[in-house]
Amino acid sequence: MYHACLAFALMFWATVVAAQTIEDHRYYRGSTDVTLRIVSTADLEVFEPYLLTFQQDRPDVSIDYTVVSSAELHRAIKEGASFDLALSSAMDLQFQLANDGYAQSYRSDATEALPDWARWRDLIFAFTAEPAVVVLSSDRFDGLSTPSTRQELITLLRENPDTFRGAVGTYDVRESGLGYLFATQEARSTDAYWRLSEVMGRLDPQLYCCSGQMIDDVAEGRLALAYNVLGSYAAERVARDSGGRVQILRMQDFANVMLRTAIIPKTASQTDAAGAMIDMLATLGLRDEPETWPLPPLSLSGTGEAPDFGPIRLGPALMVYLDTLNRRAFLTEWEDAMEQR
Amino acid sequence: MIGTGSIGRRLTFLLAGVAALLSVLSWWMVSGLAREAAERTQDNVLAASATAIAETLRSEQGEVRLELPYSAFSMLGAISEDRVFYRVMAGQDLLTGYAGLPALSDPPSPGQVAFDTGEFSGEPIRMASVSRLVLAGTQPVPVTVTVAQTRNGVGAISADLSQLAALLAVAFFIIAAVLSAFAARTSLRPLNEIAAAVSRRGPSDLRPLKRDAPAELAPLMSSLNRLMDRLGQSIRRSEDFIAEAAHRVRTPLATVRTQAEIALRSIDNETEKQRLRAIIRAVDESSRSAGQLLDHAAVTYRADDLDRVPIDLSDLLSHTAAALEPTAAMKDITLQLETSHVRVEGDPVLLDNAFRNVLDNAIKYSPEDTNVHMRITSTADEALIIVTDEGPGLGDGPVQELTERFRRGSTAKGIVGSGLGLTIVEDVLSAHGGRVELASRQGGRGACITLVLPLP
Repeated sequence: MYHACLAFALMFWATVVAAQTIEDHRYYRGSTDVTLRIVSTADLEVFEPYLLTFQQDRPDVSIDYTVVSSAELHRAIKEGASFDLALSSAMDLQFQLANDGYAQSYRSDATEALPDWARWRDLIFAFTAEPAVVVLSSDRFDGLSTPSTRQELITLLRENPDTFRGAVGTYDVRESGLGYLFATQEARSTDAYWRLSEVMGRLDPQLYCCSGQMIDDVAEGRLALAYNVLGSYAAERVARDSGGRVQILRMQDFANVMLRTAIIPKTASQTDAAGAMIDMLATLGLRDEPETWPLPPLSLSGTGEAPDFGPIRLGPALMVYLDTLNRRAFLTEWEDAMEQR
Repeated sequence: MIGTGSIGRRLTFLLAGVAALLSVLSWWMVSGLAREAAERTQDNVLAASATAIAETLRSEQGEVRLELPYSAFSMLGAISEDRVFYRVMAGQDLLTGYAGLPALSDPPSPGQVAFDTGEFSGEPIRMASVSRLVLAGTQPVPVTVTVAQTRNGVGAISADLSQLAALLAVAFFIIAAVLSAFAARTSLRPLNEIAAAVSRRGPSDLRPLKRDAPAELAPLMSSLNRLMDRLGQSIRRSEDFIAEAAHRVRTPLATVRTQAEIALRSIDNETEKQRLRAIIRAVDESSRSAGQLLDHAAVTYRADDLDRVPIDLSDLLSHTAAALEPTAAMKDITLQLETSHVRVEGDPVLLDNAFRNVLDNAIKYSPEDTNVHMRITSTADEALIIVTDEGPGLGDGPVQELTERFRRGSTAKGIVGSGLGLTIVEDVLSAHGGRVELASRQGGRGACITLVLPLP
């Protein structure tokens, strides 16, 4: 009896916790009871076309799509939450899940066609390559020169503290898995990162959990500039709202390119449907034309303004910044930079 | 193994067997070495990674601090797609990493790298550990950095190399097998050459073999030469014996005949004359038999090593006929010769012997005062010598059997003969590639013997 009560209480608690962290959820009914449960960090706005296309091919499969943050996704899979497919923008967390044995292997012609750098051990598959960009508000930048490197951006922020005070947004790397990935990779790749962080820290930066909100605030003029925003979301937003209020900027000195990855968790039961979804995503990832889909393909990550630095490498090195000691050290340094009064 | 089969095949199989054994052995060794090399590579990278992490260990305000270097893990990712685990222990406390990694069976002494294998997360792993003393508080504590990796990469590399080694081993074996066959054939060539040289020789060529032979074949050569030497002596003894026998038998018989004829002329008693004539006939028969036996032996000997010279058949036949003219005259038998010039190649001594036997038979079986007719003709590729008589013919028995040794026809009763005559004729003709055709003449009176010789 006691155990039953405890179990009930735990279930209730778990439901509450889950309910709190779920950002969005939608159910797409198919013709049978087969339900593909997807947990993802991709907003429905950008990912719905993929789900609808999948259902055209497999009308029998119902899709249960849950949007959570990347850290939440990582935690849920690690705790054994029951999902058939996990799609995340935080490659390091996804990689750690695969490395630690929370993913099951899957192999098909479509995954074999992926380049070596876009898959690891048939456990984890990349299907988009998305750059980190700077988004700025056209209104707030009126009369200011548009920076193209971090050094120019630092100079700009230093010289116009009044314009940018309280109007610079970036990820709160303590909450956002993707923000942490971008920050650590950038800190590793360019020394300008810490100087920029220091400069932003003096301007009372606004910290966000997600790219979407940052872009919204830039569009509405609450922010003059958002740093390290997911380029794909920004592009989708610019395409949707052609007021010209939002500009996308890729840094010329260095730009992170993130691979959005899929794994089939060990707990998956509909592995067949999950595999079919991975096949579709992998095939789309290798398409030639960038248009018509909200998320960019793997191959065109470098075309455009910025030189191609190549995507962040999918490998065990990604786990280095996930180490508790390293993470603590990085966050301390980041907080020192960002939260100076 | 293969009984008394071919030496060449046996040699080939033996050499190929050795090559197969060596191929398997080399494949096994290369596979082992490949695995060893792959394992060592992994060990080295793991050791480098663990050392790189251990290098960052430091003491900060009495606490052990470290920073995992990015390169420590990226070097592991560079060599294979293996899962990576790590653990840093300060004394017995976990500083960071995977607490569940198996404990080390043999903890490394400071500054040393220790390797161990174990199992983690359902897969076999290889671990490298490095230990360093770091000051924590007031005491130095040993800090052990362990980096572990699954072994799929090692397995994949060694499987690849093993497959390559297997292909090379098969190729090596095929080449070795071909070379084995070649080597076997080459080493047996002297033997085959000696065999060919021996079989090319005529039967009377008993000279010793004078060839360069490998040391192994020298005993065979010398015994062969000794055997031929003994054979030659034996044959010479036989020839001597035949000549001796002919001489010893014929000379006394001739003396007996002469004495018997002298006695026949000097006595008048008819009964004794009859007795002496019987003696003379018996002596004639013996002398003739001895002669034919010697002829037969000579024919057998000469036919094996035929001496072929151009011969005009009509010359030879008329010469033979002239020699038998006196015998024919005693019975008033006329030898009629109808010749044309036909040339063949053969041994004149043997052919003369054959003709003599045929004519001798014809004269012997003919009644007195008859004709023996000889004719030489030729067709496109054969020369024919046809001899007919007016004797009793060849009887009713199977005609061709008359050429068998010591067989005499049913009409031969009361006539002196050894039964060797037609055998000699047959031997001579077949030695020349020809044949004898026997027939009774039409109407039942007389025999017709045709000697057929191929034209050159």
